[in-house]
Amino acid sequence: MSIAEEVNCLRRIPLFANIDTSKLKLLAFTSERLSFRSGDILFEQDEMGTCAYILLRGEAEVIITGPGGPLAVATLGSNEIVGEIAILCDVPRTATVRASTDLEALCVPKDHFLQMIADFPQMGLEIMRSLAHRLEQTTVRLREVLAAQAP
Amino acid sequence: MESSIFRFILRHSVRQQIVLTLMTLASFPFLYASLDLPKRIVNEAIAGKKLPESFLGFHLDQVTYLFVLCGLFLTLVLVNGAFKYVINTYKGRLGERMLRRLRYELYVRVLRFPLPRFRKMSSGEIIPMITAEVEPLGGFIGDAIAIPVFQGGTLLVYIAFIFVQDPVLGAAAVSLYPFQGWLIPRLQRKVNQLGKQRVRAMRQIADRIGETVSGIQEVHTHNTASWHLADLSHRLGDVYRIRFEIYQRKFFVKFLNNFINQLTPFFFYSIGGYLVIHGQLSFGALVAVLAAYKDLAAPWKELLDWYQQKEDNRIKYEQVVEQFHVPDLLAERLLREEEDVPFTGSLSFHNVGFGEDGGSPILEGVTCDIPLDSHTALIGVGSGRDELAQLAARVLLPSSGQIRLGEHDYAELPESVTGRRAAYVGAAPYLFSASLYDNLVYGLRHRPLRENGESPNDASGEAAERRKSRMAESVLSGNATDDVHADWIDYAAAGCDGPEDLKARILRVVTMVSLQDDVYGMGLNRTVDPERRPDVAARVLEARDAMRAMMLNNPELGRLVERFDPDRYAVNATLAENLLFGTPVGPIFQTDALASNPYMLHVLDKVGLTDTILETGHKVAETMVELFAGLPPGHEFFERFSFIGFAELPEYQAILARTAKEGLDALRPEERTRLMTLPFKLIGARHRLGLMTPELEKKLLQARHLFASDLPADLKHAVAFFDPDAYNAAASIQDNILFGKMVYGQAQVQSKVGRIVAELVDQLHLRDTIVEVGLEHPVGVAGSRLSAAQRQKAALARALLKRPDLLVLSEATSGLDTSSQSKVHSAILGERKGCGLVWVLQRAGLARAFERVIVMKDGRIAEHGRFDELNRPGTLLHELVSAE
Repeated sequence: MSIAEEVNCLRRIPLFANIDTSKLKLLAFTSERLSFRSGDILFEQDEMGTCAYILLRGEAEVIITGPGGPLAVATLGSNEIVGEIAILCDVPRTATVRASTDLEALCVPKDHFLQMIADFPQMGLEIMRSLAHRLEQTTVRLREVLAAQAP
Repeated sequence: MESSIFRFILRHSVRQQIVLTLMTLASFPFLYASLDLPKRIVNEAIAGKKLPESFLGFHLDQVTYLFVLCGLFLTLVLVNGAFKYVINTYKGRLGERMLRRLRYELYVRVLRFPLPRFRKMSSGEIIPMITAEVEPLGGFIGDAIAIPVFQGGTLLVYIAFIFVQDPVLGAAAVSLYPFQGWLIPRLQRKVNQLGKQRVRAMRQIADRIGETVSGIQEVHTHNTASWHLADLSHRLGDVYRIRFEIYQRKFFVKFLNNFINQLTPFFFYSIGGYLVIHGQLSFGALVAVLAAYKDLAAPWKELLDWYQQKEDNRIKYEQVVEQFHVPDLLAERLLREEEDVPFTGSLSFHNVGFGEDGGSPILEGVTCDIPLDSHTALIGVGSGRDELAQLAARVLLPSSGQIRLGEHDYAELPESVTGRRAAYVGAAPYLFSASLYDNLVYGLRHRPLRENGESPNDASGEAAERRKSRMAESVLSGNATDDVHADWIDYAAAGCDGPEDLKARILRVVTMVSLQDDVYGMGLNRTVDPERRPDVAARVLEARDAMRAMMLNNPELGRLVERFDPDRYAVNATLAENLLFGTPVGPIFQTDALASNPYMLHVLDKVGLTDTILETGHKVAETMVELFAGLPPGHEFFERFSFIGFAELPEYQAILARTAKEGLDALRPEERTRLMTLPFKLIGARHRLGLMTPELEKKLLQARHLFASDLPADLKHAVAFFDPDAYNAAASIQDNILFGKMVYGQAQVQSKVGRIVAELVDQLHLRDTIVEVGLEHPVGVAGSRLSAAQRQKAALARALLKRPDLLVLSEATSGLDTSSQSKVHSAILGERKGCGLVWVLQRAGLARAFERVIVMKDGRIAEHGRFDELNRPGTLLHELVSAE
């Protein structure tokens, strides 16, 4: 897959929808392209993160290790971004992400990612939107869980 | 050391000075004759007056006489020249020897300085003193005696001559000399003082520059460049002012001298003339005295010049030497004497104190026994722990009280005892700029033990002759005569019987301090000359074969490493590597130089690739300009990702604009070269620009084969080809094992491949060999190419290697991470079982493993005893342990 195709892929991600092609090309060019076999770990919960991943092809599972053992909480498909929380707020990874099929991803290093957000405020807005969306989903899940626990 | 330069000169070169003076005096008659002869040639031979009847019994006519005199003149010129040559050479050699002696003695003093001295004196001050400041002395030393003797003698002869002619005029001729002799030194004194100031000011500048270099990080961190510039400017201004004043005064002295010298003829002309007119003096006598006085002027001027030079050099010498006159210099015998006193029993401190003059004492009233066969922990609060440790290792000497080793005073033992039987490692040890190996065996180099390995072969030959004359010269300059090229390593001290045994021991010690992985990594990244180490090359090739076998068996591995295959394009290597199919040796085939390399261009032309490369370069340039043109200058992306630096962007933009209008054919040759340089850096798998097509790769393979087959003989040395069956001397061991490239885009490919290589290396028992190669790694200036932790580990290994009776460690593992710290701790405690060990610990809890504990508080011993005895409520130890 060449840079041109990667740019097309990035285009489809809402986060990057409003950004110039040349900037996306720069992002693609300066990011490492990584391939994972099914079952490979992208990153482990609780380790410090250095980059965010944009999935180009394939699927990955998000797994949270709690007191009750590992629990798959979500599945990610292509054109999704994962691992940005750790690099946004400098906290350890909040979950483990594992490739559930053969996977191609762009690994965006932390400083590039933050630089892009600084350069393109729309991107910041998109990230807020996507984080808020996830928060809303989490809240819904929490409500469901609480409802299920309630006597 | 002699406090004045003349004492120094007389003490070490009185014989040579006499020889020099005699030679100078012997040259005088010839010099005089050669000055006199021209007169005779003109007056007697050419003018034909006073032709002698015969010359040496032969009868001569005028022409023959002329030629005889001219021949004599030529001979005298030669004789004078020969005298000058011999005297100057002699002077030069004498000066150099004396300079060498002086520098050597100063360096000896540096080695004998008590350590606290170095807190007041920086290397920035010491270095220029020993190197630049004493340099002019060499030139002066040859002139020191000969000139005054010679010129003074000449002067006396002339004065005597004048006195014989006429005592009154004689007295008149020298009448102003006493005045000059009184005045000039007075004027000179001020110049001397300024000279001293200048030396001091220059020294401070040297010191400041040294500080700037050492503290350059702070300068940039705190934006203080302007402050430093202002400071230096101010100091340079001081030097300027001093120098200017020196010039003014110096030239004023000169002016005054000249004036006074001319004053005497003024009197001769006026008073003498008056006397002649009145008939009280004969005309002939006046002319004779005037001529003699003219002759006086030259030696007198020389003497005065010599005096100024002497003062200048005297001050330089004194200024330097006084810095090296330190009252508590270590006794010379401590450094020189060979003795052997085994460390047994214990080291007893009796009321020992340590402090610097004027400062509050750092250690006070320390009385304790440090057993030399068990382990002592030093912990506590406040000052004094490290100093106590350094006293125990005899790095420092006590300023009061006494330390005894059996019946010996510890401070009086020569370093041949303390420097071999005790070892100290502090928190910031120093490594010398050499290989890691050299640094590890540093502690074993006390005396030359065996002649250099290669000398026996040519002992009778030239080399031995050269060495002998070197040694003789060292003796003449009072320098050390130990041969630096001899084998200095004391294998026995390391418990080994020879180099091989020592290597094995080094490997053990390196493992003990957890340095083996670092050294292994260094070894993997080093190149090895297969001609010097055929064994290593052969074993690395074995590993390469094993790697290939592994890759055949395990296709997963193929995803991590792409092997070099002569018939396949390697997508994880640069286009340049693919073309060369080898590693460039030297500058000829470096990637950046390929586009302008005639042979490479010839190869590209022959396979019809030139245009393709140019077009590809054009596309790369377009992409780079598109991607990077919007970034600010200095953005890190330029360095990390762009093929084009920020500064070059406008040029490429101009080229692109031209090609857009006029096409690629319109480019000038240097613009073509610029574009063609770019594609050589392309790595297909990494850059993903879609420029590497299968056709291009096929053509490139053709070019690769052509490049190798057509390579002219004179370029063969410039590239080391990738040959599956040959060791590549220009590539690292790791690259030789892999014989390929790590694949881009594989997660954690480096660590995965690293693990595979490590497994392979262990299977083939190659690890020790690689570690051994890694020991050749140069550590850089002050060990700067190692991390702080690696430096500490290396220093520990250096101390352990010499198997001291007493090992003193002071926070020597502070830079290590916690897990390696505990590993190293237990390894050292194990290694030192039953031997003397003193350890200043950062954490009191670690003291549990020691037989005895000394707890310090503010420079005094607070508690002393066994850990479990002391560890009860109310003790300082208990407090420290529970605080952790």
